[in-house]
Amino acid sequence: MDHAALIWLELGGVLALLAVMARLARRVSLSPIPLYLATGLAFGEGGLLPLVTSQEFVEIGAELGVILLLLMLGLEYTGRELIGNLRSSAPVGIADLVLNFLPGFAAGLVLGLGTVPSLFLGGVTYISSSGIVAKVLADLDWTANRETPIVLSVLVFEDLTMAVMLPVLGAVALGGTLPTAVVSVAIALTAVGLVLAVSVRYGERISRLAFSDSDEAHLLTVLGITLLVAGLAEAIHVSAAVGAFLVGIGISGPAAHRANTLLAPLRDLFAAVFFVFFGLATDPSVLPDVMWPVLLLTIVTTATKGAVAWIGGARQQIGVPGRRRAAAALMARGEFSIVIAGIAVAAGASPRLSAIAAGYVLLTATLGPLAAMAADRSPGPPTAPAVGG
Amino acid sequence: MSAIEETPLPGIGTRLEFFTIEGRRMGVVQHHGGRRELFVCAPGDPDRASLSVDLSEDDAGRLSDALGVAREDRHEDRTYEVEGLVFEWIDIVDDSPAAGHSIAQLRVRTRTGASIVAAIGPGLSVPAPEPDFVIEAGQTLVVAGTADGVNAVRDLVAGR
Repeated sequence: MDHAALIWLELGGVLALLAVMARLARRVSLSPIPLYLATGLAFGEGGLLPLVTSQEFVEIGAELGVILLLLMLGLEYTGRELIGNLRSSAPVGIADLVLNFLPGFAAGLVLGLGTVPSLFLGGVTYISSSGIVAKVLADLDWTANRETPIVLSVLVFEDLTMAVMLPVLGAVALGGTLPTAVVSVAIALTAVGLVLAVSVRYGERISRLAFSDSDEAHLLTVLGITLLVAGLAEAIHVSAAVGAFLVGIGISGPAAHRANTLLAPLRDLFAAVFFVFFGLATDPSVLPDVMWPVLLLTIVTTATKGAVAWIGGARQQIGVPGRRRAAAALMARGEFSIVIAGIAVAAGASPRLSAIAAGYVLLTATLGPLAAMAADRSPGPPTAPAVGG
Repeated sequence: MSAIEETPLPGIGTRLEFFTIEGRRMGVVQHHGGRRELFVCAPGDPDRASLSVDLSEDDAGRLSDALGVAREDRHEDRTYEVEGLVFEWIDIVDDSPAAGHSIAQLRVRTRTGASIVAAIGPGLSVPAPEPDFVIEAGQTLVVAGTADGVNAVRDLVAGR
């Protein structure tokens, strides 16, 4: 068979399989992320059906998936929302960072992964999945709940932290010395601050410039700007993903809503490719060895996320059932944990790290939405009658 | 009746809510895309929206028609016009630049031609306040004057 035929057969096979997974996920109303990861694991090195011919395309597709994930995360927010939220959410956000970064970091050290990979594992356990949380909130009609602003502000804090964390991790992963790491962090912080300031002040004007009545022109404008900025960011070691996130923050209003609608299918396609790619790069034969650490990390970090929800809920006088819902919503780790682990893998981290990350996300991303459904049904202890204001 | 409380929902939109006379939390989530979601909370769990309904722009208009109290009507109740003389009730909001200043400091009559004929609440209502009367947030001023003069007072206390 010729080369082209092989490529289309491989890609078609993968996409067809992903389609089955997406349908399955929908049927049981769970996130498709763990199923995509599992598909990748099945096809990868040492897996059932190794992909060979389309590896290069899949690799670039996966990178594009990361860029689109972060761009659309940024599009969700305006600079004003991020800054306004930062002040009120800082105490809970910092508790979240400490409580959920440390377990992963400690586990890495105990397992002898080394300091740098342990930092990555801390990032993996830290960040909740914005995608899964958004789906849970929408599916269970939790948007208007009183605990929801707490969940959202934790996510916003995490997303901003990630914008600083990715360049740091990128720098240390490349074996950079302390000064280079400090420089990329300084650049990242300056860039984040600058974009926030510009977006607050000129966001509407910029968005109006980017806006076009034609779907086609609008899509190409936003995507073009994003890739250019992502490339520049990568060139100065700030990470393409962070560049894309910043572009997303800069665009607001109708331009952002349009871009959201137009880019969503592209994001879905390439993010799926990204999850498969991560699964492909993970050796499934290592999974049994890391089963216990994964289980333990899941239990511990479910408890620590729960603690964050508890602290945040108590500050806002949310009742016990509400805090339980917030805890369940935040439990799932997903796309951004894999993004962080992906950087480590690209820098040649040990197969154990990617296996732990894959197993951990598989487990939490599956159990999180289930926990949310359970929290939704549980009536909770009788509470005092509603207080009038 | 409680005032409408506004909560930003980053990435989603804004939530506007209040407690009904029965003590039930209800309100609307205004999504960024323009979707409106009407919700009412369960009596047993005031944190949880037990009913939520998506409304289009038309639906929202129909609902407000069906409820029969347009907000503008209630505002109009607070203005009386008698033969060119206008009386208006003006609320002093928390961030009003007039709060903490006396009537004399603001030079209300000189700048607007209208007079503050009474100050209502909170707690204490003062008929015919003296020039050294200090305006505070939460008060409602009763202002009398020409239509232009009253509007000028409204702009003055709103900092426009």
